[in-house]
Amino acid sequence: MSNTPLFDASVSVLRRALDAKEISSAELTNVFLDRIAALEPRLNAFVTVEREEALADARAADARIARGEAGPLTGIALAHKDVFCTRGMLTSCGSKMLSNFVSPYDAHVVTRLKEAGAVCLGKANMDEFAMGSSTESSFYGPTKNPWATGRVPGGSSGGSAAAVAARLVPLATGTDTGGSIRQPASFCNVTGIKPTYGLVSRYGLVAYASSLDQAGAFGKSAEDCALLLGAMTGFDKRDSTSLERPVENYAAALAAPAADAARPLAGLSIGLPREFFGAGMTDGIRQAVDAALVQYRALGATMREVDLPNAKLAIPAYYVLAMAEASSNLSRFDGVRYGHRAAEYDDLFDMYRKSRSEGFGDEVKRRILVGTYVLSHGYYDAYYLQAQKLRRLIAEDFRRAFGECDLIVGPTSPVTAWALGAMRDDPVQMYLADIYTTPVNLAGLPGLSHPCGFDGDGLPVGLQLIGNYFSESVLLNAAHRFQQATDWHVRCPELAA
Amino acid sequence: MPFSNEQVERLASLARLGLPGEAIDTLRAQLDSIFALITQMQAVDTTGIAPMSHPQELSARLREDVVSETDCRAAFQAIAPQTEAGLYLVPKVIE
Repeated sequence: MSNTPLFDASVSVLRRALDAKEISSAELTNVFLDRIAALEPRLNAFVTVEREEALADARAADARIARGEAGPLTGIALAHKDVFCTRGMLTSCGSKMLSNFVSPYDAHVVTRLKEAGAVCLGKANMDEFAMGSSTESSFYGPTKNPWATGRVPGGSSGGSAAAVAARLVPLATGTDTGGSIRQPASFCNVTGIKPTYGLVSRYGLVAYASSLDQAGAFGKSAEDCALLLGAMTGFDKRDSTSLERPVENYAAALAAPAADAARPLAGLSIGLPREFFGAGMTDGIRQAVDAALVQYRALGATMREVDLPNAKLAIPAYYVLAMAEASSNLSRFDGVRYGHRAAEYDDLFDMYRKSRSEGFGDEVKRRILVGTYVLSHGYYDAYYLQAQKLRRLIAEDFRRAFGECDLIVGPTSPVTAWALGAMRDDPVQMYLADIYTTPVNLAGLPGLSHPCGFDGDGLPVGLQLIGNYFSESVLLNAAHRFQQATDWHVRCPELAA
Repeated sequence: MPFSNEQVERLASLARLGLPGEAIDTLRAQLDSIFALITQMQAVDTTGIAPMSHPQELSARLREDVVSETDCRAAFQAIAPQTEAGLYLVPKVIE
């Protein structure tokens, strides 16, 4: 760790330094808090930073380390996307509606990471209720991309991605309903993984589209993501969709030596969907993705073309299902039990209407209205049911493709980070940019995005790996071997503190 | 089929949202473009395809019918806009 500043070190390097008592968790926590204090005014990656609580957590972690009871994440700093309920700390979900909401309980993921001894520095900015691909719809203002502060960091977990990219924190949680981990990871040059639906409990996660929402991890590398994800997974009876499966040790799997060190991915068959390599992506992305595929071949992987003929229908099917579920989920915000209530109103109906109109931003309102329409009497079959049928066709496409390959690889996004405000008045244009990520959520599969280069404007490009159900280990291992042979993921933006 | 202002207002009423008059035209145009995207789905023949509601098609778990939670009413009501004697207060509904 001699040449790498602490804020840029991998979690395993930090672990060794903590265990060797070269540094305390309190000192390490101050390194990140100081960096946040210096850079946050330019990035707006956080909604909340809890300095005193973080330092208290760090001192508790130091005591645990001194007792010899440290786990992999004990004393390591992280940020939670502001969609996770945190007891005693603001959980705004990026919305005015919850700008006064201090949760009375912790999300399952938050509890798990507290038990692991991780130090929570605060809550990361996000699109309001996770509805967006740019983090511009946050009530707390947009997060800026650390690579170009006039550009978006992606979304909806843009604060988490930007915080890790700017080295404000080594790890961050996120959620991914249609690409909200993978796309900001690609825009910010970090690694992000969305696991199989059902692997991480949704308990205490403010719901957007329940049949698609899944929590996951951001880190500087696949190795760091493996450590965080490993601490997040596991059965939770409080989430009816939580899966009862043995917990895997992803990090240990990565540490195992490859049989053929020169060709560590020998035997891995990669499928390239024709539909993901057609028109649509920019030339800069195509070049970076093509170069990454050359690297994967050099590592021993073989390539074949596969077909996902219904993937082009993922965007309309996704938006119908997500907006329908959102309109239902967000009906709970009525100004009665928690959240914003209008100051003046005539009657109960007026209280609902004014509280919701004042509390929700424009994108949330649009999605509630569309969702209300597609679920209304006479339209249900034409929209919601049709979208559910397309969902099956898309899942079947993947099932067939995974009969022919182990992993599916392509670009994470057809575009790199766009300028702040560029899509403000054209929501549909922004929806279309989710073309490569939404099919994965519809099928409930795991997906990972890792850095694979930069376009002509110097903006990061992400490569998406899609695996079969419960193949997180395969995804993380492939990305890890790629990162051992390349240095895209270690590049960090110039942000003089 | 483009939306009318009346339809947008009716939807807003169903969703318990109020829209300022000047916002309706913009919103109507945006809804039209969103539905132009969504209706692409209708070109696909899905006869005989079973709808998929969930990625892991599980049946609901059952549990023993025993008390599993403690009383958290005070903590939950501490964050409510208005309560009294353990009850949530709302404007009078019945005269």
